[in-house]
Amino acid sequence: MLLIILRRLGQSIFVLFLVAFISFMIFRYVGNPVDNLLGQEATTERREALIESLGLNDPLHVQYFDFVVRALQFDFGVSYRTGMPVAEMIVQRLPATIELALVSAVFAILLGVVAGVYTAINRRGFIANAILSSSLIGVSLPTFLIGVLLIWIFAVELKWLPSFGRGTAVDLGFWSTGFLTISGLKSLILPGIMLGLYQMTLIMRLTRAEMLEVLRQDYIKFAKARGLPDRTVYFGHALKNTLVPVITIAGLQLGSIVAFAIITETVFQWPGVGLMFINAVYFVDIPVMSAYLLLVGTLFVLINLIVDLLYLLIDPRLRDGQLRRAGS
Amino acid sequence: MTETLLELKGLEVTFKTRRGVLKAVDDLSLTVNKGEILGIVGESGAGKSMTGAAIIGLIDPPGRVSKGEIWFEQERMDEHPQQLRGKQISMVFQDPLTSLNPLRTVGDQLVETILAHMYVTKAQARQRAQDGLAEVGIDPDRINAYPHAFSGGMRQRVVIALALATEPKLVIADEPTTALDVSVQAQVLDLLKKLCRERGTSVILITHDMGVMAQTSDRIAVMYAGRLAEIGDTREVLSNPQHPYTQGLMASTPSVDAKSFGSELFQIPGAMPKLDALPPGCAFNPRCSQAHERCRTSRPPMVSGRAACWLMEDAS
Amino acid sequence: MQRFLQSDFFYAFTRSPLAMVSLLVVVLMVLSAVFANFIAPTNPFDPASLNLMNGFTPPMEANMFTGESFLLGTDDQGRDLFSAILFGLRVSLFVGIMAVGLAMVLGVLLGLIAGYVGGWLDTLIMRLADIQMTFPSILIAMLIFGVARGLLPPELREEMAITVLILSIGLSEWVNFARTVRGSTMVEKEKEYVAAARLIGLNRWQIMLRHILPNVLGPVLVIATITLALAIIAEATLSFLGVGAPRTEPSLGTLIRIGQDFLFSGEWWILLFPALTLLALALSVNLFGDWLRDTLNPRLR
Repeated sequence: MLLIILRRLGQSIFVLFLVAFISFMIFRYVGNPVDNLLGQEATTERREALIESLGLNDPLHVQYFDFVVRALQFDFGVSYRTGMPVAEMIVQRLPATIELALVSAVFAILLGVVAGVYTAINRRGFIANAILSSSLIGVSLPTFLIGVLLIWIFAVELKWLPSFGRGTAVDLGFWSTGFLTISGLKSLILPGIMLGLYQMTLIMRLTRAEMLEVLRQDYIKFAKARGLPDRTVYFGHALKNTLVPVITIAGLQLGSIVAFAIITETVFQWPGVGLMFINAVYFVDIPVMSAYLLLVGTLFVLINLIVDLLYLLIDPRLRDGQLRRAGS
Repeated sequence: MTETLLELKGLEVTFKTRRGVLKAVDDLSLTVNKGEILGIVGESGAGKSMTGAAIIGLIDPPGRVSKGEIWFEQERMDEHPQQLRGKQISMVFQDPLTSLNPLRTVGDQLVETILAHMYVTKAQARQRAQDGLAEVGIDPDRINAYPHAFSGGMRQRVVIALALATEPKLVIADEPTTALDVSVQAQVLDLLKKLCRERGTSVILITHDMGVMAQTSDRIAVMYAGRLAEIGDTREVLSNPQHPYTQGLMASTPSVDAKSFGSELFQIPGAMPKLDALPPGCAFNPRCSQAHERCRTSRPPMVSGRAACWLMEDAS
Repeated sequence: MQRFLQSDFFYAFTRSPLAMVSLLVVVLMVLSAVFANFIAPTNPFDPASLNLMNGFTPPMEANMFTGESFLLGTDDQGRDLFSAILFGLRVSLFVGIMAVGLAMVLGVLLGLIAGYVGGWLDTLIMRLADIQMTFPSILIAMLIFGVARGLLPPELREEMAITVLILSIGLSEWVNFARTVRGSTMVEKEKEYVAAARLIGLNRWQIMLRHILPNVLGPVLVIATITLALAIIAEATLSFLGVGAPRTEPSLGTLIRIGQDFLFSGEWWILLFPALTLLALALSVNLFGDWLRDTLNPRLR
């Protein structure tokens, strides 16, 4: 067991270093830090001095090492565009993204699992089939169009919900939250739905497929034959077995939610890190891009790792199987 | 005088398929007495398992009970089988490897079954679960183990404990030993038999294995193509089979004695017809060496409650 | 041709209305994109032909100043929306097809090498593919777009935007091609005709390109169609976000981005028509791709 975890950890660290290396290469070689800091007309001496002080003459591996060390201390350099330290920009904007991702993840998982179980149990029902067909259409719509559609209906025509921004956020010092005001909560609804919708349909279809598979199993038949009530059979036996793969996928989807937040944040002008990244791409703000890559890369690696470990925890067969293999 | 526990009256199970309606069980009538072990034999597709599923009310759609009545303790039960399911009637399936939920401990599954049917506290249910495990020869301390920690034979013991946990009056055992190693088949079978005898529980034992049948059951029902071919006391049916199909089955069962050693096994010519291509008359007639004109045109009735065969009627 | 008309494939096609309709839509769209110059009533990118007075004319209505009328209305600049959509369709399809072409060439080559040569090259390519697979391709495309922009001198950024767009989408979509081709190559490699080719002294590249390649192309076509839908959506998304096609060469995504600004003032048509066009295009390519996959290669499901 321990060995498996350690090996998995090693893999993750390797990928992390790779991500860091790509960020470093972008940071160091794309765009020109000296030109950006001094402007093109600076004298040769000032350039030389800056190059020396930035350590740009050091051998590559030393520079890489410095980059990683600084990144570990949350030093990602200074934004070319705003002149602010990148770390400060991220800290300012991260709460907005995390809250948005959280809302859509909860929305996607809750609704996805419920709808998946419902459509699996009532396989021939009219409502179940209606849900399934509409989800098919939903999947083939580009996400940004869904956002635009939501704005059109709920903000422009019905005027129920705001079309941009996160409303009034309350600053808690280290965290600014939109959960505490009415306008903040209202602002979360549309972007939350847009971001979560695709993942929701995915989770729903997966839950349905898994549930149908599980319901075919002998132990479900046996549970029914033992006269357990339907509720116990569906939720006590089938759902738990269904959830193992669903959790894996849902966990992996958490990473995509953060990545797709870029699109949602742009559509709704949501002041998160995704919008920051898009602006950085547009204005070629290299340190911000590099830092964002590092951040999201780390997140993805961590999520993958946690999901794998969770898998070990949930499924006793896997746990013991791994144990035996690790022991041999 | 024996008392009737379960009675099937003209049971019919049909499946709607693209090629029409198939009768998986066709006009089946039989009784199960209190405390007896009734064996149902037949080839796969003969309708044995379907009969079991019909009694407990668990036929998967598109199949359904389309005709007939099922009576349990003088009450009609086929309209609401879920009231008896698990409490009065329980079931043991073929494959113990897949019968238990792999993600729940065996104790958990036992306790939940007991709680669903008996008015006991959680602690009492747990005590009962441990007692049940002990009775089937499993260390009660392993109550918190997951199914994968047990071998196939042990798992089938757990399944038997589960089936008996609610003190049912009837256990339907559908090929309970087929998936097990030959070495543990007899143990598991003996255990099932012993526990049911002690409690006076009736058993419907479904199997295709004549040997198992001979060892275990009090009476035998032979099924062919969804229909009852012959029924009677085990000894009588085995020593003096009336239906040509039963005779063929007997002849094709290997017996281990010096006389038959080295001799070739008998085979019934042909194969059981598919349910969508049954011949008119007796379903067995194309394979029957003694078939005559009547067998090919009209279906034989049960004669003296023993066998559905024209030959028997002719003889009497 | 005769053989094609009699094939099972063609028969299956004639029996599937969905496949026929979706292919018809795709073909119509490709034709109108190619012949946009001839079909479009005006050239939306010729400033001389624009009349600001024509701005915000609703569809099928006469403009209140000039009396001119436009099939799908005009945008804020007085540009005919129908023409703009035709030219936007051209950009979207061009980027999509070129990006898929790039992804296909790259993926097929890497897949062939990984499958045929094996060893550390295989490990390297497949590990790279695995790592890339864990990130959403749109994120990778954005990143490549940003890096490529960074490498270009600022004065070239607008000019090269379309090329950069093709590059970033192409590089983000190669993995599926490589994985499939690698798999089939490893199967083909063991067959006797490869041994025979080796025996007569053909070198690796000759064997890979002339002998194995034609035998692994079937699934590649299916993946290419499905990837085309992905690429079209990716292009539209990037352009919509403002990191794709420039305003001087608007694609459907750019047009939708422009249209979104006018939703609040009630000029809904500027958004709706480009969006519907994109939807119809993406949906029909998708449906056709699905049908192709189910018909040609059920295993790919």
